[in-house]
Amino acid sequence: MTPAGRVEKIIQAIFRAVDEVNQELPEGQRLKKSLDTVLFGRSGVLDSLGLVNLIVAAEEKIEEEFGSTITIADERAMSQKNSPFRTIGTLVDYVSSLLEENE
Amino acid sequence: MNENHVVLITGTRKGIGRYLAEYYVKKGLQVIGCSRKPVDYELRNYQHFCLDVSDEVKVKQMFAEIRKVYNRLDVLINNAGIASMNHFLLTPLRTVREILNTNFVGTFLFCREAAKLMKKNDYGRIVNFTTVATSLKLEGEAAYAASKAAVENLTQILAKELAEFGITVNAVGLAPVRTDLIRSVPQEKLEELISHQTIRRFGEFRDISNVVDFFLWPKSDFITGQIIYLGGIN
Repeated sequence: MTPAGRVEKIIQAIFRAVDEVNQELPEGQRLKKSLDTVLFGRSGVLDSLGLVNLIVAAEEKIEEEFGSTITIADERAMSQKNSPFRTIGTLVDYVSSLLEENE
Repeated sequence: MNENHVVLITGTRKGIGRYLAEYYVKKGLQVIGCSRKPVDYELRNYQHFCLDVSDEVKVKQMFAEIRKVYNRLDVLINNAGIASMNHFLLTPLRTVREILNTNFVGTFLFCREAAKLMKKNDYGRIVNFTTVATSLKLEGEAAYAASKAAVENLTQILAKELAEFGITVNAVGLAPVRTDLIRSVPQEKLEELISHQTIRRFGEFRDISNVVDFFLWPKSDFITGQIIYLGGIN
C-alpha cells in the first residue's frame, strides 16, 4: 500500500467513526467530515464524553480496516504539547504514525 | 440474562473461574474464558484464549476477536488473581509487581476494553473480585490486600464513569475458598481468618455465583459501585 493510499484509508475509517458519533449528537452539533474540523477545545464541537466516544469508535474502525489493534489514547498522545485530538487532520496523522510503528 | 448474552470470565483454567465458566455455560450463555495456560476441559458454547491478563497487545487482540465473532459483550467477570503471603519485610518486589499486574492492571485493562464493547449496546455488567483481606487489613497480605484495595477503588470510580453507558460495576469480596490460591496459607492462619467472619465457615463456589448472579440480574440495574463481602465481613 502506498503511503498516500494508507492515509486515505485512515481518513475514511475516521469518517466512519464520525458517522457513528454523529448519530448520537443533536443536528446542530454534528461533526463535519473534513480534516480541518476542530474536535476539542475552545472552538471544538465535542464535549469530553463526545471525544471519548469518537476515539473509541476510531480505534474500532482502524482495527476493522487494517486488522491491527492500536491504542490511540496512549501515553504519548496524552503528553504531547499539541494534542493529536485537536482536529480530524491531526488525529489522522497520529493514527498513521501509530500504524507505522506497528508494522 | 438472555441466552444471546456473551460472558467473559478471566482465569478460567481452574478453581473459581472454571466453576463460573461451567456454571454460565449450563445456564445457556456463550462464555469466553482466558488463562495463561490452555485448559484441559471442553465445554459447549465456550471459547478459550491463552494470554496474560496484563499483556495489553494480547488482550486487545482478544477483544478484537470477540467483536468480530460476537459483536457484543454483556458481562465481564474479572476473576483472575494471584496472592502471596509474606511478612512485608520479606516480600520481594518482583512478587509485588506480579500481584499488581495480574490483580490490578489485568482488571483495569479488561474493564477498559470490555466497556468499549459494552457501550455499543448501552448495556453491560462488570463484576470484579476482591477479598476480605482488604477489609480486614490482614497481616502478611500487604501486597495482595493492597492490590485488591486498588480494585475496589477502581470498581467504585468506574461505576461512576460508566453509568451513562448503562454499565454497572460491582465487586464481590471473597472469604477463604478452598482453591490453589490459599494452598500455601497455614491452617491456623485460615482458622484465625475465618474467626473474623460473622458466619464462620469456608466460602463455597455457590456463594460466589450467588452474589455474581445478583449483580447480573436484569432487576439489578440500579446497583452499582457496591462491594459485597462474603461471610458477613464489612
